[in-house]
Amino acid sequence: MLFDRLQSLGQKSLSSVQRLGRGHIFLLQVLPAMQGMLFRPSLLIRQMYSVGVQTLLIIVVAGLFVGMVIALQAYNALVDFGAEDSVSVMVVLSLLRELGPVVTALLFAGRAGSALTAEIGLMKATEQLSGMEMMAVNPIERVVAPRFLAGFISMPLLAAIFSAVGVMGGYLVAVELLGLDAGAFWSQAIAKVDLYHDLANGMIKSAVFGFVVVWIAVFEGYDCVPTSEGLGQATTRTVVHSSLAILGLDFVLTALMFNE
Amino acid sequence: MGTTRTIEIAVGLFVAAGLAALFMLAMKVSNLANYTGDDGYTITARFDNIGGLKVRSPVSASGVRVGQVVDIEYDSEGYEARVIMSIDPEYDKFPVDTGASVLTSGLLGEQFIGLQPGAEEEFLKSGSEIELTQSALVLEQIIGQFLYSMAEE
Repeated sequence: MLFDRLQSLGQKSLSSVQRLGRGHIFLLQVLPAMQGMLFRPSLLIRQMYSVGVQTLLIIVVAGLFVGMVIALQAYNALVDFGAEDSVSVMVVLSLLRELGPVVTALLFAGRAGSALTAEIGLMKATEQLSGMEMMAVNPIERVVAPRFLAGFISMPLLAAIFSAVGVMGGYLVAVELLGLDAGAFWSQAIAKVDLYHDLANGMIKSAVFGFVVVWIAVFEGYDCVPTSEGLGQATTRTVVHSSLAILGLDFVLTALMFNE
Repeated sequence: MGTTRTIEIAVGLFVAAGLAALFMLAMKVSNLANYTGDDGYTITARFDNIGGLKVRSPVSASGVRVGQVVDIEYDSEGYEARVIMSIDPEYDKFPVDTGASVLTSGLLGEQFIGLQPGAEEEFLKSGSEIELTQSALVLEQIIGQFLYSMAEE
């Protein structure tokens, strides 16, 4: 009885370490396959469309509302101290440093990451991937690499759009709704926000999140159990694992970047 | 999915929108527009106490931002704080007897250096040192002095 328990514990640990190893080997196979894209840019464009362009709507709507909500809450907190001109600083800094990269990555994992896993997983389940291998087409080069690169490029662009739209939303609430001074709104932000320290670090964060999310998404799809049940589990795992990875990495990156 | 052409146009728009958003953030809400990097000239000033002054704190004259603090070090020979600040090259007409004081914006706001121009004919240039300085007001000391003067009465 005890040994059965121990055996199942050992089995689980070994299989999760094995999965981790497979994930890294998979990444090492995908990265050199990127050069195939130089000759077939149309593959990348098509994936940029389904990964980036189709995620745009939810990013824009979420960014607008997040910016508006921060402005409202910041106003309520700051007006007691007569510091309501600092609303813009709060909106811009929280968007650029944290919410822009993190919320974009979470939405990206839910919208684009799960779709990537399901697409690649279904290709595996219907044996399209082995069909490609039979025709001497490398499926990693033809299927995985374009999706990987498209996600990696799209994520920082989406985060930038999210932050910019969020600032617009904050401006709408602060200036149009609450009647703050438009000049003070922009000048406070310019005085407090640093190009390298805040904007560039936020973009680095979003690039890291993009890399991790697409890596998890394409690996889960490529590694899934080729049944309808396995496909569902793989899609769920993509969303759960990439959300956890984003939140954990965000703490590490924040501690590294903004710990003064 | 539409034809290849519409997809390519949509992707082009997406990339352009992303870059435009980045550009807007850089120009509109970060300090790129008034970035005072290496192109300003540096002057130093010694203070007995700088309070909560930090690197990147603003330097202003008559309330207008003219530069920023680039370095703060402790001079262990003179037992003073040495503040090195970079002034925008367009403001190059500060007389040599200009004074510098550590001020606070508002009651609880951040601290900055205020410059009070003097009357000399010569101007400060790169590497000059400001002689007339006034330290930060430390709230505890003021309260202490106040209580002391109250006790005397």
